[in-house]
Amino acid sequence: MYAFDVTRPKTVAEAVAALAGDEAQALGGGQTLIPTLKQRLASPATLVSLTAIDEMKGVCADGGTLTIGGGTTHATVAAEASAYPALAALAANIGDPAVRSRGTIGGSLANNDPSACYPSAALASGATIVTNNREIAADDYFQGLFTTALNEGEIITAVKFPVPEKANYQKFVQPASRFSLVGVFVAKYADGVRVAVTGASENGVFRWTEAEAALSANFSADAVEGLTASADGLINDLHGDAEYRAHLIKVMTKRAVAAAK
Amino acid sequence: MKDLNEDQVARSANLKGMGCSRKRVEDARFTQGKGNYVDDVKLPGMLHGDFVRSPYAHARIKSIDTSKAMAVDGVIAVLTAADLAPLNLHWMPTLAGDKQMVLADGKVLFQGQEVAFVVAKDRFIAADAVELVEVDYEELPVIVNPFEALQSDVVLREDIADQKEGAHGPRKHHNHIFTWEAGEEAATNDVIDNAEVVATETMYYHRTHPCPLETCGSVASMDKVNGKLTVWGTFQAPHVVRTVASLLSGIEEHNIRVISPDIGGGFGNKVGVYPGYVCSIVASIVTGKPVKWIEDRMENLMSTAFARDYWMTGKIAATKDGKITGLHCHVTADHGAFDACADPTKFPAGFMNICTGSYDIPTAYLAVDGVYTNKAPGGVSYRCSFRVTEAVYFIERMIEVLAIELNMDAAELRRINFIKKDQFPYQSALGWEYDSGDYHTAWDKALKAVDYEGLRKEQAERVEAFKRGETRSLMGIGLSFFTEIVGAGPVKNCDILGMGMFDSCEIRIHPTGSAIARLGTISQGQGHATTFAQILASEIGLPADSITIEEGDTDTAPYGLGTYGSRSTPVAGAATALAGRKIRAKAQMIAAYLLEVHDDDLEWDIDRFVVKGAPERFKTMKEIAYAAYNQAIPGVEPGLEAVSYYDPPNMTYPFGAYVCVMDIDVDTGVQTIRRFYALDDCGTRINPMIIEGQVHGGLTEALAVALGQEIAYDDMGNVKTGTLMDFFLPTAWEVPNYETDHTVTPSPHHPIGAKGVGESPHVGGVPCFSNAVNDAFRAFGNRHTHMPHDHWRIWQTANKLGLHG
Repeated sequence: MYAFDVTRPKTVAEAVAALAGDEAQALGGGQTLIPTLKQRLASPATLVSLTAIDEMKGVCADGGTLTIGGGTTHATVAAEASAYPALAALAANIGDPAVRSRGTIGGSLANNDPSACYPSAALASGATIVTNNREIAADDYFQGLFTTALNEGEIITAVKFPVPEKANYQKFVQPASRFSLVGVFVAKYADGVRVAVTGASENGVFRWTEAEAALSANFSADAVEGLTASADGLINDLHGDAEYRAHLIKVMTKRAVAAAK
Repeated sequence: MKDLNEDQVARSANLKGMGCSRKRVEDARFTQGKGNYVDDVKLPGMLHGDFVRSPYAHARIKSIDTSKAMAVDGVIAVLTAADLAPLNLHWMPTLAGDKQMVLADGKVLFQGQEVAFVVAKDRFIAADAVELVEVDYEELPVIVNPFEALQSDVVLREDIADQKEGAHGPRKHHNHIFTWEAGEEAATNDVIDNAEVVATETMYYHRTHPCPLETCGSVASMDKVNGKLTVWGTFQAPHVVRTVASLLSGIEEHNIRVISPDIGGGFGNKVGVYPGYVCSIVASIVTGKPVKWIEDRMENLMSTAFARDYWMTGKIAATKDGKITGLHCHVTADHGAFDACADPTKFPAGFMNICTGSYDIPTAYLAVDGVYTNKAPGGVSYRCSFRVTEAVYFIERMIEVLAIELNMDAAELRRINFIKKDQFPYQSALGWEYDSGDYHTAWDKALKAVDYEGLRKEQAERVEAFKRGETRSLMGIGLSFFTEIVGAGPVKNCDILGMGMFDSCEIRIHPTGSAIARLGTISQGQGHATTFAQILASEIGLPADSITIEEGDTDTAPYGLGTYGSRSTPVAGAATALAGRKIRAKAQMIAAYLLEVHDDDLEWDIDRFVVKGAPERFKTMKEIAYAAYNQAIPGVEPGLEAVSYYDPPNMTYPFGAYVCVMDIDVDTGVQTIRRFYALDDCGTRINPMIIEGQVHGGLTEALAVALGQEIAYDDMGNVKTGTLMDFFLPTAWEVPNYETDHTVTPSPHHPIGAKGVGESPHVGGVPCFSNAVNDAFRAFGNRHTHMPHDHWRIWQTANKLGLHG
């Protein structure tokens, strides 16, 4: 690590003000940022910790929408998002207990790691990313590897998930990191099915639109049988090549459909 | 053993001696954060070192500019090879008879190699200054493949380019290190040429890493007033480090004190001597201040000793009915940039010549070619005796391949080739004398425990169901029967840098009947403080709870060769028992005096000497201890102490029978271990609970290696698995439930019959997991696939066999 200062604002307004400072960096649960700092791959002058902001925490189900504060930990989502069981299950399977006790949904979405779980849920649910000054549709929010629509100093204060009729997340883990090698989130709504894939693409989370069309017409694993996920632009690495990932996208999609409830 | 009466049973239980599942006395401090590891050593005025490491796998160093680093406030020194050269410390000898750069001398030979050592007032300043050292590299062609190395004009080791003779005989090429042979080549070729059946296979045992929880490190403190150097370090062999440090530095050995404090796992990774140790010592000598060096996880994985990296080609000959007649093995061994294998001097390929395994193979030949490449040096025995995991993997895969060739059941093939009980001591074709074994009994017990026939039936049904499209899951049955060779070793053929591989124990009984015993070994988690006290409790009749075991401080412990290769119980455990017997012999003289009888009129009874035929007349060891110090006994010196240095007459040969039942999801390549049964025979069992723990740990490391743990390089020599995000380290999440079992075949030459167990589960486990994966696809034409069997590779196997539709 390099030396840095830390502030712990109590409100979103204070945090926004602090982030306006020179080389200030927001710190959620720190599950990505702290290891990055340890490796000296980042050198912010000030870390603005978001963990003391109560207005950014909590899970609230209202009508057909589940709203989760940006500073809510994975453990809290796992325990309290019972209105959206597939999302609670996803949160319960991120990392390990230590990670889940610290990591936050806002931090995960702001970082947009191509192998993170939450981006697939947000995209498949057509969620709305709420920040300190606007609301962003998930389809507009994810813009590639570690890239989002967030502006400098903008904070995710909440995420609004429309609760689907049925949904399921299938995570195929990379054994060493236990991030997703391929993760598929399938969500069925009255107006159609959305399928979002994480872990697989060089451009981060994406929607598998062919599968969405097929599943919107016939929500069964068989509907996907005739499709082939394209290997173009998928990740080739030590743990699997593009062909393997493409194959897994289909297998995991079928399993998600079969398990959806 | 004769039946004990109620009183004897109670007294025996009170001792917590051999055979008792005594709880580990170390764990109270380990689980409460009260351990004392190297990084816990903090000395006044201590400085911190950090390395500049090479980003390239092969490059010439045109210049090193340390001026900007030296200008940083708080930087005390920046050492390079040029600074070490006048001390003749820019290179150091390796345990394998080669030499290794301490700091890069003219070129770098692997990614992560140590180039410069920055010493600063704190760890952060050192890291800042490391970034400011400017090294001008000229990249050179990189060789990461040993076969390519033997063909290439590129000279990796320019320092020895013209040497036709290495530490282990002639060198065939400038990138060749040695050829090591065992057995009869012509006779073996003859058997193979004339055999009814021959199975041939080439298998790559991939490079991996022990990855102990605690990384390597040292704190050196040179006291210039007293001329005494103290070094705390992660050393599996502290006495060897002291001797080597003395020879290298010229400091007399009595002025060097080496301390291995608590060690957070070794698994072979902490046997060798690393540049960090040398640099911390030199820096302390230069600055006169204590200097600490602690590597991080990435440094540990990239630069400290790897394991395996053997390309093994086998030919196994047999009759049509399955009797093995001959075995031929050739190994191309990738040793990386320097030959830094931690093997006994005369064994540059370790005990690879145990590769005839548990089978009565009359004729065999082994040749190993060691080769330099642009990878990190090492070649340590990761949770195994020297190269025994490679040997057992080789033979246990060859047996499976031969079974396919013969269209025979692999369990039956093993059974008809096992060395028989009455053949022990057994002389193997490659030069070992197996001490004892009862393989058939162990095998039958294992197969019965898992209902082997039932499993095969179920497997066949699964294959049919798969073919009918009713399931996408296949079932693999992994078998392995292993014979380890541990307890190095007899001084006549085992030494490290000339130091014979005996071990030692020194016991001091206190007047009130408690004791301290010090050994030449060092626990890294094995539980020595628990088990050695149990050996002593049974030998001298004082409760284990009243016996302190101390290791790792060369100023106090007797000289020993350290802990690795499952040698602690076979060697130091024997020394402990024999030292205990010396105590008991003197105690008998004292008891005879106190009871006014002749020595021969006494008999030993658990914790006391009793007058034969008069059980009411006795002296307990506690009473004898007090008398030894406080009562004038004619002709007997006061005190009750003993020391024993034990040179074992032979190695010990633990063995075991393992079965793994695995389900494989053909669509994803995911393997699920449904069942793992492990029968171990380690001879006399000292602490069953610790044995079980060792088996669980060794199996888990076997699972890791077999199913995914790998140090992988790209063509440029970049390490692709430099962090735990990519290097697979299993946790409770991946680990199945293990069923443990045992038979007991004592070693006939060991004082208490114990053989050692720490490494057996790893040695037997790796082929068992691998055989399960390979077996799952046998019905579809699979013969052999290389480890590690991660999901992707398994999926590729299924793909190649056309199982994806």
